[in-house]
Amino acid sequence: MERAVAAPVPREKLRLALSVNGEAREVLTESWKTLLEVLREDLGLTGTKHGCELGECGACAVLLDGELVLSCLVAAVECQGRSVTTVEGLRDGPELHPLQAAFADHGAAQCGYCTPGMLVAARWLLDRKPDATRAEIAEALSGQLCRCTGYLQIFEAVEAAGRVMRGLPAPGPRLPEVHRGSSHGRSE
Amino acid sequence: MMRLPRFRYLAPRSLAEAVAALGDLGPDAAPLAGGTDLLPNMKRRQQTPATVVGLRGIADLRARSGDPGRGLALGAMTSLSEIERDAALAAAWPALARAASLVATPPLRNMGTVGGNLCLDTRCSYYDQNQEWREAIGFCMKKDGEVCWVAPGSKRCWAVSSSDTAPVLCALEAEVTLVSRSGERRVPVADLFADDGIRHLSRRPDEVLASVHLPPPAAGERSTYQKLRRRGSFDFPVLGVAARVRLGKGGAVESARIFVGGVGSRPHEARAAGEFLAGRGLGDAEVVREAARLAAQVAKPLQNTDFSLGWRKRMTREYVARALRDLAR
Amino acid sequence: MADRSERGPGPRASFGAVGKPLRRVDGRAKVTGETRFADDLSMPGMLFMKLARASVPHARILEVDASRALAAEGVRAVLTGKEFPVPFGILPVSQDEHALCTDKVRFVGDPVAAVVAADELAAEEAARLVAVRYEPLPTIASPEEALATPEPRIHDHGDAGNVHKAVALDFGDVPGALASAEHVFEDHFFYQGSNHLALEQHATLAYLDPDGRVVIASSTQVPHYLHRAAARVLGLPPAGIRIIAQPQGGGFGGKTDLFGHEIVAAKAALITGRPVKISLTREEVFYCHRGRHPVRMRMRTGVGKDGRILGHSVETLLDGGAYGSYGVASTFYTGALETVTYRMERYRFRGCRTFTNKPPCGPKRGHGTPQPRFGLEVHLDKICERLGRDPAEWRIENAVEAGSLTANWMKVRTIGLKECLEAVVAASGWKQRFRRLGRGRGLGIASSAYMCGAGLPIYFNDMPHSGVQLLLDRGGGVTVSCGAAEVGQGSDNVLAVIVAEVLGLHPADVRVVTGDTALGPVDLGSYSSRVTLMMGNAAVEAATRARERLAAAAAARLEVPAERIGFGEGRVFDVSDPDRGLSFAEAVQRAEAAGGTVGTVGSYRPPPPPSRYKGGGVGPSPAYSYSAAVVEVEVDEATGVVRVAKVWIAHDIGRALNPVLVRGQVEGSVYMGLGEALMEEQEFRRLPPRLSRALVHQAPSMLEYKSPGTLDMPEVETILVEGPEPNGPFGAKEVGQGPLLPIPPAVANAVYDAVRVRVDEVPITPEKVLAALDSASRRYGPGEFPSVPWPEPLLVPPPWEGGDGGALNEPKRKDRPARRPEAVKP
Repeated sequence: MERAVAAPVPREKLRLALSVNGEAREVLTESWKTLLEVLREDLGLTGTKHGCELGECGACAVLLDGELVLSCLVAAVECQGRSVTTVEGLRDGPELHPLQAAFADHGAAQCGYCTPGMLVAARWLLDRKPDATRAEIAEALSGQLCRCTGYLQIFEAVEAAGRVMRGLPAPGPRLPEVHRGSSHGRSE
Repeated sequence: MMRLPRFRYLAPRSLAEAVAALGDLGPDAAPLAGGTDLLPNMKRRQQTPATVVGLRGIADLRARSGDPGRGLALGAMTSLSEIERDAALAAAWPALARAASLVATPPLRNMGTVGGNLCLDTRCSYYDQNQEWREAIGFCMKKDGEVCWVAPGSKRCWAVSSSDTAPVLCALEAEVTLVSRSGERRVPVADLFADDGIRHLSRRPDEVLASVHLPPPAAGERSTYQKLRRRGSFDFPVLGVAARVRLGKGGAVESARIFVGGVGSRPHEARAAGEFLAGRGLGDAEVVREAARLAAQVAKPLQNTDFSLGWRKRMTREYVARALRDLAR
Repeated sequence: MADRSERGPGPRASFGAVGKPLRRVDGRAKVTGETRFADDLSMPGMLFMKLARASVPHARILEVDASRALAAEGVRAVLTGKEFPVPFGILPVSQDEHALCTDKVRFVGDPVAAVVAADELAAEEAARLVAVRYEPLPTIASPEEALATPEPRIHDHGDAGNVHKAVALDFGDVPGALASAEHVFEDHFFYQGSNHLALEQHATLAYLDPDGRVVIASSTQVPHYLHRAAARVLGLPPAGIRIIAQPQGGGFGGKTDLFGHEIVAAKAALITGRPVKISLTREEVFYCHRGRHPVRMRMRTGVGKDGRILGHSVETLLDGGAYGSYGVASTFYTGALETVTYRMERYRFRGCRTFTNKPPCGPKRGHGTPQPRFGLEVHLDKICERLGRDPAEWRIENAVEAGSLTANWMKVRTIGLKECLEAVVAASGWKQRFRRLGRGRGLGIASSAYMCGAGLPIYFNDMPHSGVQLLLDRGGGVTVSCGAAEVGQGSDNVLAVIVAEVLGLHPADVRVVTGDTALGPVDLGSYSSRVTLMMGNAAVEAATRARERLAAAAAARLEVPAERIGFGEGRVFDVSDPDRGLSFAEAVQRAEAAGGTVGTVGSYRPPPPPSRYKGGGVGPSPAYSYSAAVVEVEVDEATGVVRVAKVWIAHDIGRALNPVLVRGQVEGSVYMGLGEALMEEQEFRRLPPRLSRALVHQAPSMLEYKSPGTLDMPEVETILVEGPEPNGPFGAKEVGQGPLLPIPPAVANAVYDAVRVRVDEVPITPEKVLAALDSASRRYGPGEFPSVPWPEPLLVPPPWEGGDGGALNEPKRKDRPARRPEAVKP
């Protein structure tokens, strides 16, 4: 099962100092880790998820120096002195960020696994373009896979949050039309 | 979880430092730009450099000089997002902005660079797999094995050029500067690529692709890029058509260059099609049809990407036609 | 059994929690990233486990040499099949798996050894040092090959050779019906296999609690079944094992099997005395698989002059992969629900599952029913065209009656099929636009049904299928516990809403404890869409018992009859003078004072099915949901690309417990149906046999296995049909699986309307559409159905031909030796 490999690179530690969700943090970790692994394993911030570790699903999205990136493909060693925002940093204090409240209320989170990445991507979009259209939302989130929702309630949540962030009234969740059935049976 | 293998990391502050390191370390080292190609390859153990030479600290690689009027030199570490969002660039070289905007997904475009996209490893469904999967097929010619499973009788590798910007920069007649310890050289982008799945880049392992030079658009110049893939995002091109024309007064084509990507180990020029278009009008459906037919002849896809080779070959005609109709608007 | 749809004293004018678009009770944790999925768990001293997997598709294991792995840096233990001689499997009839392979490997990816090390990279590198010597065996890549290759057998069990299971059921004389029919139609279909692709990869953390008992915290949809299997395989008393189903990042049936790695992790924890975590890569999830079976189908239908179905015959051939999994049930499912939508006088079913050297197939959303549903709905589209009938009208006219029995003895209870069809017909402008959109655009329609829970448990026993326990504390807090697993479908919310409704509380005031075998009564698991109905009914019972105690105590305090006590907004009051009342907490205190601690239980068992033939246990359900969809497509004839412009979907849900969550399940099902209709494929690559035996998964990654992204999803209009189902809690039926079923056939039918070609298989890819456009037959699809050695059919007369639910040629159940319910051995 084993192929000939070059002499293995020795294990080395990395002392990494960076800002995470607005706080200065310092960890002593393995030098080959990705930012995703440092966040989850060294900093205990398990909100950022992994679905593939190859940049193919978007679950690990974070903001790095304010830019939307996939933390599974960022070498931790390249994060020295930089600033990271994760889902845990979306809110300042106990109140939910409007995006978080909207996701929770509009059905945008079902299993919740893609949700952290979606929220970070949506935050990145709305911070730049709070009045983003449906098409712009779909484009900005086009790197985030979801297998539960079919995306439509996610788009609606982002639109609603954008309105709240602009101080506008936002609609509640859009409900399906309900027809009355007439085919009653007897219980058994 | 998939993990990176252990690696040493160097952070040169200058291009000279970087190429000195690459020169010293040889094939045991790899340069790291945006990480969107190298890191997945490392996690799958397709590439296991003992040393990774990070380029992000080198200011020269992000520098830009010139302008659309005189020609623009873009640092190779310019991200695809930056190119996508640059209005002046999009006006002068629409095909480049378009191609950059279609690569992968938004976060990957933030991370990925134009230099990295040009140097993208060739791809193949027998190669872009984890170590254990490749072991189950006995590996392949490109990595650790001897057989090309796409064409078992073949003596060469058929991995596919999967870059969106490569055919475009060929069609735009851009050039790149390659820097090494022994100096600099400037080559047309078309000469950067070779028709082989393994030795697909003429960039030597000790060279860094430092900048991309975009010639100023001539009068009447138009460019376009058409990408074919299954989904609206994520996917590499299974076909990419880049076309650049110069239209004279009256709208006739003065010159045309068409490059087709995703259907061979390098972007292939549809030279006959380009020559055919000279002196003709893009508004003529017959002209477009014939040019598309000629162009499709250079597309020789094999069964090593998404979609069947027959369909991709057939789509080449259709997408060249679309590219030309787009240029006629 | 009493009507459960209006549970509680007196009719309800309006609900307090049911039907309200409230935030789901686990919503806050999901949006803050605080929900603890299995891989989010971490403990001090935790070790990491990686599996070494087979690199060959079929071979005998000659030797497993772990010596170099054991000597590697950081490695604490290496386990092999020798440690796991006891086989297991989700179905009692096919316990054909070992936690690590013992004598054979049966597909590339089959787990052979487990390495436990200080960190995951060390475990991965050491796993590569495990050296296995194999004696290769021939590769069997397809069902056709399996049928032609009885030796060597992939398994020693099964009907014969590499046929795992073949079944034949005759419900009336179908050949006779076809012979006398006005028209006979025959079609062949193929439905490709697909993976669930839940975003969360499987993960397990196993450890010893401070009292030395084993805990397995895992991404499992079936904690109870895992509990039983772990006890047997580990040789430990069940009481010494605790299973915790962590909230999951999607399941869709991919986490309903018992996985070897869950048990191996526990063994590793026992051996090392340390917590052991395993977290699968995406590729490994493709090897666990248990996804949609690829199914070949042949359908034949005889219709009368008036278009009604006189006889319908279905033959299916399933590619089962390398292990049994749920496969026997899957085989029956490819026929069982064919009859619960439109009247069929006679029905014949033949189903065959073969083993192949690929990751095993199992249940994926719809479990064996989307495939024949695709076939039937496209088959009917062709029939209607031939008869000159509108496909929507035909379906409405031929819908089965509420309360009726089908030819194969499935009991239909409420059925909102007509209303669903009428809704999508109206919303889509079907009557004005079908067959009238012009070349390149088309509409397609389909309808379907799905179960609200399997009527029988997976292992034979007489116990409830779901239990709920309620604790009311004198501060007014309510805790409800149940073994059900939350995978994203909203089961925790259903539990909270139901308890809140009965007790007049807000769901956010109900604390939910689920998925833990030590903390809640058994729930059989999150599969077959059983949880809302079964857990829900158990919750209604438990909450009603608590309500009765509180009502009695409040009535005594207020000096009114108990019938006049109402519950709402956290109060317990006199309905004829609502200002007179107590707070909920006071009512609890008084009840506690009067009768002791207020704790109640509720449980649920489904009604016994009328079917009494062998195989008749697959298909019955306390109720069926119904769905109908119209899909509008554009087809580009130059490329064959199908673009879905819009989907109208109506779902008969009985009663929506939360319309926001229900809409999410409908649209998520539509999304997954579109994925299967257009792009998802679990396909394999076989190298040239003269060069290699390899048979490998073509695309075990999220990039190459195609699932729709945000830019691929069309507009969807969701319509709910509510006609309360007496067997459902507050009348609710399922919604997690049903709405997927009509989508693939509606897409296929829409493609036909657009460009007049039939693609009789999924996925409907551009290559296939172009091939159909180029062909003389104007069709792309499978050819002749292979020859399958069917067994002697069981002859089961339909209800209207004098049947009693049993087979004429099978020993009567009462004459057979009694089957004792399986006791869980100490």
